[in-house]
Amino acid sequence: MKVNIEKHEDDKEIYVSVSGEIDAYTAPKLREELLPLTEGKNNVITVNLKDVSYLDSTGLGVFVGMFKQLNKNDGELKLVELSDRLKRLFNITGLSHIMSISDNAEDVGR
Amino acid sequence: MKQVMDYVEMKIPAKPEYVGVIRLTISGIASRMGYTYEEIEDIKIAVSEACTNAVQHAYPENVAGEVIIGFGIYEDKLETMVADSGQSFNFLQTKEELGPYTESSTVDQLTEGGLGLYLIETLMDEVRVLNRSGVTVFMVKYLGEERENHDKATSDRETN
Repeated sequence: MKVNIEKHEDDKEIYVSVSGEIDAYTAPKLREELLPLTEGKNNVITVNLKDVSYLDSTGLGVFVGMFKQLNKNDGELKLVELSDRLKRLFNITGLSHIMSISDNAEDVGR
Repeated sequence: MKQVMDYVEMKIPAKPEYVGVIRLTISGIASRMGYTYEEIEDIKIAVSEACTNAVQHAYPENVAGEVIIGFGIYEDKLETMVADSGQSFNFLQTKEELGPYTESSTVDQLTEGGLGLYLIETLMDEVRVLNRSGVTVFMVKYLGEERENHDKATSDRETN
């Protein structure tokens, strides 16, 4: 059980691809890698969750943390390519109302 | 009341790396019982959240603790208990001690348990929490049509 994180950035945005399982064991690693990206001003971060096979509240917590930090720094967080399972979690926790999530990589509107 | 048909109990060190092991186990049990893919994924999250709570909050840092997970396998439902007292439990007796179902204190539980407990309550058919020499979370998922007859997220918190 592990989580993998790939990052690349251009002059406009930071792209992150996450794969694997996000739970109490792997979330600290994810947080450690992703939170520093939210420190800068006006950062726009797109996180692709296509290959995340499992996510629970600890994973949701990581993205909530990123979201809050980015908001504070006038940045933006986009979560894309969520499976139906992941979307369900964001929906029942109400997070889908406040965060930008999409099942499509191109369409990142709310 | 139907008796337990089979009972499986596991004891894991209170460390996050073992929560995934419980997910694999419950996935196997639920799959064998005939739950759908969606139901199995819901059960995995709920049980995982209960284990995570136990692992993260039950014991002080650097103190080795244990989490007991009991699976009561019935014809029509799966009952799972997650207890962090470190003691093996008498499944049926502990179940009785959980007391009657009420629908109170859901909001309180949200503030105490955060998103984890909220997810457990949303994803399972019945949830009860017992605070007595440790925390025991008891949750039920019905098979197929059975669950339609039961209230979602019935919950109760007792403190002794």
